[in-house]
Amino acid sequence: MILVWLIITPFAGGVLAWTLSKGRGFLGRLASRWISLTALAIDLMLVVRLWITYYSGLGTGEFSLPGISLPYGKWFQEFSAPWIPQAGISIHLAMDGLSLLLVSLTVVLGIVAAAASWSEIKDRPGFFYFNLLWTLSGIMGVFLALDLFLFYFFWEMMLVPMYFLIAIWGHEKRLYASVKFFIFTQLSGLFMLLSILGLFFIHGGQTGIYTFDYLNLLGTTLTPAAAFWLMLGFFVAFAVKLPAVPVHSWLPDAHTEAPTAGSVILAGLLLKTGAYGLLRFAVPLFPGASMSFAPFAMALGVVSILYGAFLAFGQTDLKRLVADTSISHMGFVLLGIYAWNGIALQGTVMQMLCHGISTGMLFVLAGAIQERIHTRDMRRMGRFWENVPVMGGVGMLFALASLGLPGLGNFIGEFLVLMGAFRASPVLAAIASLGLVVSTVYALWMVQQVFHGEPREKWTLPDLNLREKGIAAAMIVLIVWLGLYPQPVINAARPALENLQKVRAAVLRQIQAEIGTGNANGPR
Amino acid sequence: MGPADLFAALPLILAAASSVAVMLVIAFYRNHGLAAFVTLAGLAVSFASIIVAAPYAPRKVTGLLVIDGYALFFMGLIFAGTFAVAMLAHGYLEKKLLAEREEFYILLLLAATGAAVLAASAHFASFFLGLETLSVSLYALVSYTGSEKAVEAGVKYLVLAAVSSAFLLFGMALVYAQLGTMEFSGIAGMALGAYMGDPVFLGALALIAAGVGFKLAVAPFHMWTPDVYEGAPAPVSAFVATVSKGAVFALFLRYFAMVDIHQSRSLVLAVAVISIGSMFIGNLLALLQNNVKRILAYSSIAHLGYLLVAFLAAGALRVTASAYYLVSYFITMIGAFGVVTVLAGKGGGEMEDIEDYRGLAAGRPVIAAVFSAMLFSLAGIPLTAGFIGKFYVMAAGAGSSLWTLLIALAVNSAIGLYYYVRVIVIMYSGREAEAVAGGGGGETALAAGAPEAAVPFGGGLALAGLTLALVWFGVYPPALLYIIQKMIHSLM
Repeated sequence: MILVWLIITPFAGGVLAWTLSKGRGFLGRLASRWISLTALAIDLMLVVRLWITYYSGLGTGEFSLPGISLPYGKWFQEFSAPWIPQAGISIHLAMDGLSLLLVSLTVVLGIVAAAASWSEIKDRPGFFYFNLLWTLSGIMGVFLALDLFLFYFFWEMMLVPMYFLIAIWGHEKRLYASVKFFIFTQLSGLFMLLSILGLFFIHGGQTGIYTFDYLNLLGTTLTPAAAFWLMLGFFVAFAVKLPAVPVHSWLPDAHTEAPTAGSVILAGLLLKTGAYGLLRFAVPLFPGASMSFAPFAMALGVVSILYGAFLAFGQTDLKRLVADTSISHMGFVLLGIYAWNGIALQGTVMQMLCHGISTGMLFVLAGAIQERIHTRDMRRMGRFWENVPVMGGVGMLFALASLGLPGLGNFIGEFLVLMGAFRASPVLAAIASLGLVVSTVYALWMVQQVFHGEPREKWTLPDLNLREKGIAAAMIVLIVWLGLYPQPVINAARPALENLQKVRAAVLRQIQAEIGTGNANGPR
Repeated sequence: MGPADLFAALPLILAAASSVAVMLVIAFYRNHGLAAFVTLAGLAVSFASIIVAAPYAPRKVTGLLVIDGYALFFMGLIFAGTFAVAMLAHGYLEKKLLAEREEFYILLLLAATGAAVLAASAHFASFFLGLETLSVSLYALVSYTGSEKAVEAGVKYLVLAAVSSAFLLFGMALVYAQLGTMEFSGIAGMALGAYMGDPVFLGALALIAAGVGFKLAVAPFHMWTPDVYEGAPAPVSAFVATVSKGAVFALFLRYFAMVDIHQSRSLVLAVAVISIGSMFIGNLLALLQNNVKRILAYSSIAHLGYLLVAFLAAGALRVTASAYYLVSYFITMIGAFGVVTVLAGKGGGEMEDIEDYRGLAAGRPVIAAVFSAMLFSLAGIPLTAGFIGKFYVMAAGAGSSLWTLLIALAVNSAIGLYYYVRVIVIMYSGREAEAVAGGGGGETALAAGAPEAAVPFGGGLALAGLTLALVWFGVYPPALLYIIQKMIHSLM
């Protein structure tokens, strides 16, 4: 039931924030902010409680944290209720270590996003916070849903409020950016729905049980062709969200034009739903097809790493630069998932969390600068450090995190991914590591442009205020902690990742058996 | 014809009787409110009588009608849809016309009766009678306000509908010439065999398809739709888009549930082409429109294309998906046109131009929210009935492996999203534009917030009910699904 509350709290908070802020005065504006912060604080408490349960359970060995496994053991938290029984649809939520990590990230970045828009949003704050909270609620649902229909439901549900966030409170080209974002994600989502339905009917036809339940659908016997096409439907949806290179073009626009909170949530959370989808659904549901697809997906990941980095290198728009780095960083995630070994997968999870925190914070800073000087053009900035030393220091730290400085979280993620990828494909790993070099250049160049160098225009801007310092402090603590002591994350994600490896081992065994018997066309 | 027959046909009888009742009321005491009240009461009683009729179903009433769960379900849908249209129409007529508003309801009830006959028809004769009752009432309804545009739309509709009826009649005649029967069940029994390859029979089917295609406004028989929807009064557009189409589709589905369409590859191919054509033509042309009523018209063409995907599916899902989709389509389309209806001010025009909607959310947040919900439902976004409807259509298609059609549907949903969202964006943006327009051509912007265009009570109530249904069927569909499955098993 606690899982339901996780989703309902921001949902209800959003409705409250909207309805109670009808008074256009000062009070209405204040109410929506405090209500959303309260809702997120409640969610944070729920997450803390979940971590406590998790650790106490771990000690006693009460639950085995099975994650994705066949046969399935007990989930760490589970909730199930019928929804549309006629179509085999239920409200099935479950949590393992991986979901717990991502849900925690959602709550933390949600609070950051709410706090970052505290003074930025002056137009219809009630509706703004409503959209913000509903997006978070949808993301939370994506991380928890185990029924494929429910998953798709949340997948679509988070888009509409996100779309409004960009379209109403965004910057100059907001309409173009928001519609592009919406259409890209919708279309790819519909392909996923087709795949879900294909799987539903194939499974139903074989077993007579028509259900959307993930646990039932796992291990459906598919012909290689069917598995490939169904896998592709999922992959397209997740690759668009991730984003991987040929379908990435919505991201720079959306991230640049979105308000600060929107950028934080897009970069920090929405992109992670794509990675989570690959880890939870695309790979385990279609292990054989994923395995044959892996080289291609890894190549896409490497291309994303380099292409994103090169795009970033040429940017003069501060937010666009950070957005392009996201493409690069998420390329590591794609590479790690399809390298598909223990180290790479651990790196992937680390990279997801650290990218969420570091990029989220960079967007907060970019938003803070824009709020002060009303431009994102780096050609008009320069030598801000003298003026705003605290902001400069924080910016420097997160730029270093972004380029993968040891001691900060991102280093662990990228290093592990590269290490794992080297085992899978030394060539690709070698090319991917070039991305680290380029990232050093763009990150330092960004800091140089904004905080050092010659002042090109005369700005007098106030330094970070207490609220912003608070956000920065929390984020610094997290990124340093993840950099120095990542073990809790690795432990929590391990069961889910181990199961992925088991799935891989099973596929390999089957392939070997087929080669052994000379039956290359058998079912996978 | 015994009492059981009368009980079974009670919904039809009551619907017909209420039009007579309204006529009598007008003859003795002409009052708009009273006429509207009698209409609504008549529709409510007809709707309630479905429960009385249900125990007698399935039952053949004379050779012409069959009252089964399927027919009763669609009658209920038709009466409920007409009920909402009547509520919307009251406030609209109050604003638009000074006198002679009352006859509107007679025509509306007649049209609803015709539509209900279609849902229950089992014979070409009742098919044609129902269709003509519906169409002839609609000619008058379309041009009811008497404005130049409305009359033009009415004439256009009259000419084209008459031609399509002629096609239909000729097709029926050919079928009769070949098979010697006009009963659907008889045709179905014989058509399964040798006749499927018979050129005359196929020609007859094509003629019937053209007639039906016109009523459904699917490509390539869609040309009249945008003009008529634009010219007709908004509540009548809602009626044409939903009740009229829904009744014809119900009949079409019943007919082809008996004749297994998958026996003939050419027939399946033809319907598939019509479906894909409607989707693309509807959505692509909607992109070019700046008139909200025309956008909705093209959208309705595309939606019938989606519905035909479900029609081509096999098995029980076909009817479930069609029925669910139609319910959600009824709610959404009546709701969308309903918003246009309640926003219409006094005088000739309606709020049609998309620019009239700029900044609507600032002045009238509730109406803007309702319209957004309707548009999101048309786009198939979660938490609305349209989402579940689209899901069911896709499920039906996937169950029958109609992948080409489904990919076309997915691509079209993305295209459609663009113009739905465009309207929403315009409603939620443009405060600046409003301020700018305040100097010069601010008349349209003012109309959005003008106090004289207050939402009429009946229309507001109808919209509230429709929105509630939209969300209810979008979040918790099992109840409706239960009813659908209970009602339609008679068709299987």
